[in-house]
Amino acid sequence: MKYLISRRITQITVMALYVAANVWGLKILEGNLSSSVLLGTVPLSDPYAVLQMCVAGSVITTDVLIGAVIIALFYGVVGGRMFCSWVCPINMVTDAANWLRRKLGISHVQKRVYMSRNLRLWILAMSLVLSFAMGLTAFELVSPISMLHRGLVFGMGFGFSAILIIFFFDLFVHENGWCGYVCPLGGFYSLVGKFSLIRVKHNVDNCTECMKCKVVCPEKEVLHMVAKHSATVTMGACTNCARCIEVCDDDALNFSIRNFIDKK
Amino acid sequence: MSKEKFSSRRKFLLTTARAAGLAGIGALVWSSMLEESTASSLILRPPGALPEKDFLKTCIKCGLCVSACPYDTLKLAAPGDHKPMGTPFFDARDIPCYMCTDIPCVPVCPTGALDEQSVSTDGELDINLSRMGVAVIDSSACVAFWGIQCDACHRACPLIDEAIIIEYDKNERTGKHAFLTPVVVNDVCTGCGMCEHACITEKAAITIIPRDVVLGHAGSHYVKGWDKKDEARIKDATGATTHTELSKQSALDSLNDDSELY
Ligand code: SF4
Ligand code: SF4
Ligand code: SF4
Ligand code: SF4
Repeated sequence: MKYLISRRITQITVMALYVAANVWGLKILEGNLSSSVLLGTVPLSDPYAVLQMCVAGSVITTDVLIGAVIIALFYGVVGGRMFCSWVCPINMVTDAANWLRRKLGISHVQKRVYMSRNLRLWILAMSLVLSFAMGLTAFELVSPISMLHRGLVFGMGFGFSAILIIFFFDLFVHENGWCGYVCPLGGFYSLVGKFSLIRVKHNVDNCTECMKCKVVCPEKEVLHMVAKHSATVTMGACTNCARCIEVCDDDALNFSIRNFIDKK
Repeated sequence: MSKEKFSSRRKFLLTTARAAGLAGIGALVWSSMLEESTASSLILRPPGALPEKDFLKTCIKCGLCVSACPYDTLKLAAPGDHKPMGTPFFDARDIPCYMCTDIPCVPVCPTGALDEQSVSTDGELDINLSRMGVAVIDSSACVAFWGIQCDACHRACPLIDEAIIIEYDKNERTGKHAFLTPVVVNDVCTGCGMCEHACITEKAAITIIPRDVVLGHAGSHYVKGWDKKDEARIKDATGATTHTELSKQSALDSLNDDSELY
């Protein structure tokens, strides 16, 4: 539970700091997840948004560039999709949908709808092509992620409907549909985190092959080594959510620092 | 045919065609969503905003300008506002821009979508340089044009007697009263909207509209002959004299010939 609780605390704290900055002027973290200022000085920007601005042909200021580099470096080191499971507010929505899906047993009655995990990379590519062709930030103008974090800080409007769509999509259409297949920001961060250092490690000697980890993992493919051989999870799609670590009763999964030298 | 196995070449071609088709559908749906969401041109931006097209690709939708505004003038467009999502705007009738001399909303903008240069002279911020829109008066709804005395907008304007002036005219209907009508000086008006906010009619008779939507442009081939500065433009102009030949037909013929009417 400790990881789940820490994830929720981080997710809620980040959003609470933004709200506090906008409502009470508490200058710790101002703005929203698209771009913010930490402690009134350090710029932080969403590197994917900045990339779209670049290809759309906007002049990028140093502030935004530095902000994007800081964020990209941070997630590049700790694990790209750590954003997904530790910061992104959509995660709470899709986790809720997934929890309900498991409780109701929807996966048992549902025919599998085929979607490719690569879909998000295609969407990522298309967002850049469209940004270039239309001179707009293609994903930013429709992103339900921004609708949620922006809405929580600056007012939601009808943004709830987009969030509900994601919830019901994940609940009824496809397990982990949004975050696991569609979201181009998740796809972007899985590329950013390709060589990140904090990684889940599987120790086959302790494994009892209960396969509980594969049930809870939102990106099952990354656990391909479980029960076969000891290895580090190296695929960028892993969100470092630690659900597998928490569900494993036999200490066969744990966080470790990736070892590039002694490859095994 | 049906029993035959598809050749790998054919399979490859079909898969590629299918992928291209799916991508095409996706691109069409997505781009029409974008067209739709950026279609609205009647939107007032914060002071110093870049021209709309550049603004749309530059603003990162962080809301720092919104947080900085002490009057809650600025808002970020949410779904349902029918404006490009997440971008800052204001509704002048609701809360106008109060023209802070230190323009707190502009320097905080990280992306330059709000351009500090455009609202400063020699490095000094000057809010009067901002051009958020221009006030347009509906003279049939403005009661001053009826002959009733009201100069609410004139008095509300921070550039009183510069951006709004009052014109005087005789009221022929009564024969003994005057019309005191507000007139907006388009070059000076900043589009702050304090006039629209102050307007006493049920629905404001003075409205702020984005400048590029409502202002015309006469073109460079009109020269104000009475204006020394404007006339200087044609000092070095060279030109050819054109001659149009006179028609050989009599005037009566051309009047009776109706072929050119249709
Ligand atoms: S995949 Fe997308 S929506 Fe899901 S947690 Fe990651 S960034 Fe958020
Ligand atoms: S100038 Fe002042 S009142 Fe006007 S939008 Fe900026 S912060 Fe708000
Ligand atoms: S501060 Fe600049 S980038 Fe941020 S919302 Fe305002 S205009 Fe957009
Ligand atoms: S918008 Fe109205 S109040 Fe503001 S400068 Fe123009 S005329 Fe004056």
